[in-house]
Amino acid sequence: MTEHIVPKKIYILVFAILIAFTALTTAVAYTDLGPFNTVVALAIAVCKASLVVLFFMHMKYNPGMTRIVLAAAVGWLAILLALTLTDVSSRHWLPAPQGWESSAPSPRPR
Amino acid sequence: MSEGHAQALVAEQFDDVEQQRGATSLGMWVFLATEVLFFGGLFCGYTLYRGLYSSAFEAGSHLLKIKFGASYTVMLICSSLTMALGVRAAQLRRRKALLIFLIITILLGAAFVFIKLRYEWYGDYLEHLVPGIDFAPEGENLVVIQRFGAALPHVSLFMFLYFVMTGVHALHMIIGVGLLATLFILAWRGHFTGGHYEPVEISGLYWHFVDIVWIFLFPLLYLIGGRY
Repeated sequence: MTEHIVPKKIYILVFAILIAFTALTTAVAYTDLGPFNTVVALAIAVCKASLVVLFFMHMKYNPGMTRIVLAAAVGWLAILLALTLTDVSSRHWLPAPQGWESSAPSPRPR
Repeated sequence: MSEGHAQALVAEQFDDVEQQRGATSLGMWVFLATEVLFFGGLFCGYTLYRGLYSSAFEAGSHLLKIKFGASYTVMLICSSLTMALGVRAAQLRRRKALLIFLIITILLGAAFVFIKLRYEWYGDYLEHLVPGIDFAPEGENLVVIQRFGAALPHVSLFMFLYFVMTGVHALHMIIGVGLLATLFILAWRGHFTGGHYEPVEISGLYWHFVDIVWIFLFPLLYLIGGRY
């Protein structure tokens, strides 16, 4: 990393935005947005995490290699979530073939 | 800084200080990538079971106290700011400022762990909300669970995930506080403010990462189920 000294002002500004987002996400929990409550909460969390990564963790000033590592972390997390959830959500799409009686207790109905 | 001093800062295998710094922070980021997947497994389990038993998760969230979750969030964001300013102080070779920011960060982290164990978890225990040890919600808690029409075993699954996820997070906080305390002692002896600030930088990366985990834990555990 090239030595880059971030101005104090930027840290304070990021801090203020993070605190404001915390207040916002708490306020949203008390507001009825239907299914969008979770979407908004996660969107705010992603914004907050991005601010921390970009400024507090200096990603904005880092060379490309660390960005690849970050992309790999997020990418593998996406694979973990996507494959697990598609597996579980599609398990009951097709009936088990004839004669495939499992000795394990049947899974709880959804 | 004299030429000789600059060379003493660089380990044999590196060409210059720049390359050494790049390698150090790259190594830390690789470690943090493994941490993302470590916590990722728990978040994946959370997503899966919240999809299966959403009403139980929403009821479970009502058993937690937002005031704790929100104050932890504020404490961690404050500690991230002081940590970032501490790294900046080390970069600028200001020993006194580095020591002050480190001690504030340590105190905020220690307060987080103390409040969590002494007040929040102990409170949960007194309310019989700890699966595996004593899980028998009663009174208002039971009313909430019934209002959501949730089955007790499924609520206990939520509480289990809550204890494991915040517990593993708290363990990371304890490790972080230990790390920063070590830095504090070394900084007291004059390390890190002579140009070799990488240990402060990468401990800062770790601290900010733990903050990010909490940024996701707070809305997912404390804020679901609609408080309106």
